[in-house]
Amino acid sequence: MAVIAETPRPAPGLAGAFGKFARRNPTIVLGGALLLATALVAIFAPWIAGNDPRFMAPTNRLQPPSAQFWFGTDNLGRDIFARTVYGARISLIVGLTVAVVSVAIGLAIGLAAGYYRKLDGVVMRVMDGMMAIPAILLAIALVSLNRASVWIVIVAITIPEVPRVVRLVRSVVLTTREQPFIEAAIGGGSRDWKIILRHLLPSTVAPLVVQATYITASAILIEAALSFLGAGVPPEIPTWGNMIATSRLFLARAPWTIFFPGACLALVILAVNLVGDGLRDRLDPRLARRM
Amino acid sequence: MTGAASAQVLAVEGLKKHFPVQRGLLRRTVAHVQAVDGVSFTIGAGETLCLVGESGCGKSTVGKLILRFIEPTEGRIMLGGTDIASLDPNTMRQYRRNAQMVFQDPYASLNPRLTAGTIVGEPLENFGEMGAAEREQRVAAVLERVGLRAEAMRKYPFEFSGGQRQRLGIARALAVNPALIIADEPVSALDVSVQAQVLNLLMDLQDEFKLAYLFISHDLGVVEHIGHRIAVMYLGKIVEVAPKEALFAAALHPYTQALIDAAPLPDPRVRRERLMIEGDVPSPINPPPGCRFHTRCPFAVARCRTEEPALRETVPGRLVACHLRRNGDVGPLGRQVP
Repeated sequence: MAVIAETPRPAPGLAGAFGKFARRNPTIVLGGALLLATALVAIFAPWIAGNDPRFMAPTNRLQPPSAQFWFGTDNLGRDIFARTVYGARISLIVGLTVAVVSVAIGLAIGLAAGYYRKLDGVVMRVMDGMMAIPAILLAIALVSLNRASVWIVIVAITIPEVPRVVRLVRSVVLTTREQPFIEAAIGGGSRDWKIILRHLLPSTVAPLVVQATYITASAILIEAALSFLGAGVPPEIPTWGNMIATSRLFLARAPWTIFFPGACLALVILAVNLVGDGLRDRLDPRLARRM
Repeated sequence: MTGAASAQVLAVEGLKKHFPVQRGLLRRTVAHVQAVDGVSFTIGAGETLCLVGESGCGKSTVGKLILRFIEPTEGRIMLGGTDIASLDPNTMRQYRRNAQMVFQDPYASLNPRLTAGTIVGEPLENFGEMGAAEREQRVAAVLERVGLRAEAMRKYPFEFSGGQRQRLGIARALAVNPALIIADEPVSALDVSVQAQVLNLLMDLQDEFKLAYLFISHDLGVVEHIGHRIAVMYLGKIVEVAPKEALFAAALHPYTQALIDAAPLPDPRVRRERLMIEGDVPSPINPPPGCRFHTRCPFAVARCRTEEPALRETVPGRLVACHLRRNGDVGPLGRQVP
């Protein structure tokens, strides 16, 4: 394949180009900035948090936000700011890992099922079966069989997400494979792998990106729900879910204990969805060149 | 006419495609759509055989069967001396460079995400046995041959007009130097002014490369322009084959006559005798017994309802499947006793 270089245009400068991009895609930039900030906070948590998120100081319990404890303290006197900062790690790890793994597995299965029609019936019935498993019940079952860990949570959330990706990819492949350009590729002597990778895979990218953001958001929420129920990540690790769970008893007396992790959860999910919507609009091939 | 004397490129014998009709939970096959039911013809180098007929008569299916986009139920497809009808997909792949297709829809037949260079170069990647630089040169040469500029290879399909896109489709088919090009209604999606340009390009290319064309069309005006011989299809069968001039001068089959008469004349003052047929095409699931055209034929006699007419040579160089035609008879159709 001849790689054809883009015709060089007078460079408007990096800052100018970014400003233009931001003006055309405010949602991607806003959501992306929020996610980037969250990611930086998660990566540099030990330096940002200031206090040890597990350090208990019963004399300081249920303190309102102050100069010393920016987000206040919880019922055991732990610094909520430090715990919220560390909680971002779990949310992002779970959200991104589930999205990447379920998209990778689902893409491979979906392409195969959509292209090789003989596989389709069997594969899709298995997927229907997997789809019927609720993530939360599966996680509770897995956690009770094994020791609770982040990885168990990731596996439990990934399994029911895979069939959704498979269905999406398969449906895109089924419509794309009827296009005459697929017949043209067969007629041109292209092998299956080239037809799948060059002609079918690219049309799955745009819907998959949107689906991946949705999966990220839903994985973060399910992880929080599992932690809230006590069936997820081990309780000694601070997560937004188990922070909300322990704080709900003190909601009336100390609303800040639930407000900060809850607001972060909502904000991150909003950011993911903003990026998803923005990318969906940008990835339309007819609009792509207007960048 | 160039066809008869030159080397035979394609010979189709008894080609059939019956699509199963499946019903119910268990997908039982309850019937078959006889889309193509015993079609035979040959095409020589440098010759254009036009396949004409109404929508749904199976003419596009014939084209797809020859390229094995769908699997034939029965029959032989001799492409350059090899029967490709029963080759396994991998061996078939090797033979694809000999027969290429130009598609009807110049939009959907080009992948919108690839540059023109990649689209035209794809068959060369598979068959060209050449490096990237050499391939790019070949793509540039082919693009220029079909009337596009070499720089067009950097553009995406949406940057071209309909006629230019069809030129891209022709360039893609031409890139691997095939002996046969199957053109499935290649101009029916184009403006009339552009149609003529594309047809003339196809004819120039035929002269230059001695290409054999199977030209599938429902437009008799187009067929009259480009064809050498014409095969008329009705309900999955060929009812008449004749050189173009002879066919338009005097059709032997009543269906052919009705098709020619149905084509509009460009002069509104001209009045003429028309053979009009009524009713719809019968279902290919239950084609009528005997001659398939008897339900709509104004001349049908008892024999037409029971006995299927064979495609036979009644006049030298002309084949017709009609009980009413005696050998040597080219006169106008009327109520005759067979």
